[in-house]
Amino acid sequence: MPLIIGIPKEIFPGEKRVATVPDVVEKLVKLGFEVKVESGAGNDANCYDDAYVAAGAKIAASAADLWSGSDIVFKVRAPSVDEVKLMKEGQTLISFIWPAQNPELMQQMAARKVTVLAIDSLPRQLSRAQKMDALTSMAGIVGYRAVVEAANNFGRFFNGQITAAGKIPPAKVFIAGAGVAGLAAIGTAVGLGAVVRANDTRPEVADQVKSMGAEFVKVDYEEEGSGGGGYAKVMSEGFQSAQREMYAQQAKDVDIIITTALIPGKPAPLLITADMVKSMKPGSVIVDLAAEQGGNCELTEPGKVVVKHGVSIVGYTDFPSRLAKQSSTLYATNLFRLAEELCKTKDGNIDVNMDDDAIRGLTVIKAGEITWPPPPLNLPAPPPPKPAAAVAEKKSGGHGASSEPMPVKNLAIVFGLGALMFWLVGSYAPAEFLGHFTVFVLACFVGYMVVWNVTPALHTPLMSVTNAISSIIAIGALVQIAPPIAEGVDRHNFWIGVLAFIGLALTAVNMFGGFAVTRRMLAMFRK
Amino acid sequence: MSASLATVSYIGATILFILSLGGLSNPETSRRGNWYGIVGMTIAVLATIFGPRVTGGGIAWIIIAMTVGGAVGLYAAKKVKMTQMPELVALMHSLVGFAACTVGYASYIDNSITFEGAAKAIHEMEIYVGILIGAVTFSGSVIAFGKLSGKINGKPLLLPMRHFINLAGLLVVIWMGNVFINAESALGGVFPLILMTLISLAFGVHMVMAIGGADMPVVVSMLNSYSGWAAAATGFMLSNDLLIVTGALVGSSGAILSYIMCRAMNRNFISVIAGGFGTGDGGSAKKGDAQAPAGEVVPVSAADTAEMLKESKSVIIVPGYGMAVAQAQHTVYEITKLLREKGVNVRFGIHPVAGRMPGHMNVLLAEAKVPYDIVLEMDELNDDFPATDVAMVIGANDIVNPAAQDDPDSPIAGMPVLEVWKAKTSIVMKRSMASGYAGVDNPLFYKENNRMLFGDAKKMLDEVLAVLKS
Repeated sequence: MPLIIGIPKEIFPGEKRVATVPDVVEKLVKLGFEVKVESGAGNDANCYDDAYVAAGAKIAASAADLWSGSDIVFKVRAPSVDEVKLMKEGQTLISFIWPAQNPELMQQMAARKVTVLAIDSLPRQLSRAQKMDALTSMAGIVGYRAVVEAANNFGRFFNGQITAAGKIPPAKVFIAGAGVAGLAAIGTAVGLGAVVRANDTRPEVADQVKSMGAEFVKVDYEEEGSGGGGYAKVMSEGFQSAQREMYAQQAKDVDIIITTALIPGKPAPLLITADMVKSMKPGSVIVDLAAEQGGNCELTEPGKVVVKHGVSIVGYTDFPSRLAKQSSTLYATNLFRLAEELCKTKDGNIDVNMDDDAIRGLTVIKAGEITWPPPPLNLPAPPPPKPAAAVAEKKSGGHGASSEPMPVKNLAIVFGLGALMFWLVGSYAPAEFLGHFTVFVLACFVGYMVVWNVTPALHTPLMSVTNAISSIIAIGALVQIAPPIAEGVDRHNFWIGVLAFIGLALTAVNMFGGFAVTRRMLAMFRK
Repeated sequence: MSASLATVSYIGATILFILSLGGLSNPETSRRGNWYGIVGMTIAVLATIFGPRVTGGGIAWIIIAMTVGGAVGLYAAKKVKMTQMPELVALMHSLVGFAACTVGYASYIDNSITFEGAAKAIHEMEIYVGILIGAVTFSGSVIAFGKLSGKINGKPLLLPMRHFINLAGLLVVIWMGNVFINAESALGGVFPLILMTLISLAFGVHMVMAIGGADMPVVVSMLNSYSGWAAAATGFMLSNDLLIVTGALVGSSGAILSYIMCRAMNRNFISVIAGGFGTGDGGSAKKGDAQAPAGEVVPVSAADTAEMLKESKSVIIVPGYGMAVAQAQHTVYEITKLLREKGVNVRFGIHPVAGRMPGHMNVLLAEAKVPYDIVLEMDELNDDFPATDVAMVIGANDIVNPAAQDDPDSPIAGMPVLEVWKAKTSIVMKRSMASGYAGVDNPLFYKENNRMLFGDAKKMLDEVLAVLKS
């Protein structure tokens, strides 16, 4: 008996998202579920009832119908008091919950004997949980929209231009906090052509900031700002004052500030004071993405755009809803991935497996019993940062002669051995041998110098050409076949001739074959 | 032709050989380099034939030998497939080794030139060493040929007490050398000479048998080096400077290549020669304790792969031996061409030991007409992976194994690898989940951003190409 997934219409004022979209309905049906959508649930996200029906969903006329007829409910916002009353025993709800902020809601839901999976409680540090990470997908949308809103309230171009009507400088954007939203904002602003700077208390994100095309502004104070799980933590007073100074300087210089600083479970840190706003150029814009948690800017008013001291301060709290179609699609996919994890058998039944780290973290109420907060994850500790020296050492392992000089001790050993060997040769070998020996040693050095310059791409041709050249041994066979013989010497002509003949024939194979195949190979190397 | 004229010709040939190697420093000048080699060789052979050391009676034999050998060589060079290059090169090394032996024996039984005292001892020593190196080169190359062409199992064959066997062989060889040099008559020296040859042949077989398939690039370049030293030893034997110089050039070239290969695998040269990779005493014992990779393998279809490639801005292709086996290089280039026309930045990342001989992948890609300026070395593009959308691994395994960096217990720990897992998505094309030559499991396959495209590389790529074209 396949379970029924219900998609109610979101009732929170201004909420335009919907928990699944027609494309994903198809995939859910393939997993074996039945899908029921409340009439008009997706209207605000441009997903209409007929599209859901075409994808294989049924339409429920009212919210009451939907809640009573569903085994699993996908939602976006945490349920309201009225919605909780519609829940029935044994039902499963998957939605944003924020259990830490909503203890009363948790109690009410537990009383209804339901199972609740809070998508916001996903253990994000598990790499296989990333596909279900709705917070990240929403944050990406928020970052994008923040730049769009800033552009909307900003009276100039973002990109610098030189036109017949004069030169236009590029807009300068400062982004405080380089989490997912911050990085998305950086990417969008860079794409529009602005000069972008960013800051974060976690120094390890500097590379990510740079990779997005922005400049990382450092706070002139040493302190580690990572609070575990990829989140930031509250910083010390000394750090904060250094940070304020940096922000004050940036405020005077830039046109647009986008703040994204949030610390989980705490009011948003105050970054932009009223004085800093005053110091900004008229027409500047601040987009405060932390407005819902009190705001990073002192003058933010949640849900509104206000103009203070000539600066527009955007305090919207519904950024994802402003991109309803996009955010619904991403959210629906995240929930679908979760459904896949819950329904490994693909028969339309779910198993809330509390031994699975990801699912254990998500489950905040199991059959009426509050299971939040989950026990800490048993993750392997991240490897400590490797010392810079090790990295530098690895770099030198390239082709070409190693750049570092040999240690003196090794050098001394090499020279010592060389001297000993030369002394032995010099003491015992006859003069004629020494002549050849000189040639031999010098040739080795020439070979050494020449071969280091060969590009690695040509190593195979190098081998085949050296192989061809080594058939110079043919000379040895040639001089043995029929040398001028002094009178009266009885030479074993036959056996020598046979050996030399075989040797010559074999080296000829090598000589002609080697050069021919090298030529064939080299002819292929082209630009 | 007078003796002086012949000597001058030899000097000219020497210079041409050096220029020939120097020409290979970049693909533009490499073709000219090969011509320098051909001209140098022609001068050397002609100067010898018309020089004072060859009389008219031998000319006919010389022409017959060179025509027969040359025809066989040209035929082989024309017919060989580019994927079989390692086998061909190994086989050719064995010919040089064999020729060094025949010349050595011929020189020993040649009683027309006599030496006295120290000169005699040195001459005999030179013969002895020349045959020794030649025999090792010959048998080693034959075994390498067998392994590369799949006629002999690629797994290392490790005899018990192999180091003692080698040591005993060496002692016998030294002792026989002593007997040989002090032999009263020419006949008395034949027995130690033959015994030494047999031991050398056995040593060559044993040495290469003990080396695993993954180390083949080192073996091939090492044998290349040996064939050079064999030529140099012959030069000493015949008091011929041209042979000495050329042999030394080839010998040092092969030695440097072997060194580069070893460094690319973070392996000690001595331990490669001594044999056994991942099967050694330390490696295998720890293998069981090595971290078992966690996570799941996500397979992907050819159509999805094509989709991913189409939507990316920059792609790095990492080919391995699997591409050579499947003969997929032409399809790879077709895909590359299509993607480049669509404005995708496609590049190739070549690991120094990808394939079975140094530079193997470059030759295959060149055969498929991939422009060499988009074929880059590991060090040139390893830092670019984070900015790459798709890294496509075709039939490679150990050279993209993150365990080499992350897991100090892994048998390949410390070997430099291409960091494909840093790309936004990596796609690994493989026939199955089997481990590579090193026999190590690859955590890459279990990474979140990795997709597996199972199947024969050629077949899968053809499907990808069909989707891209439609």
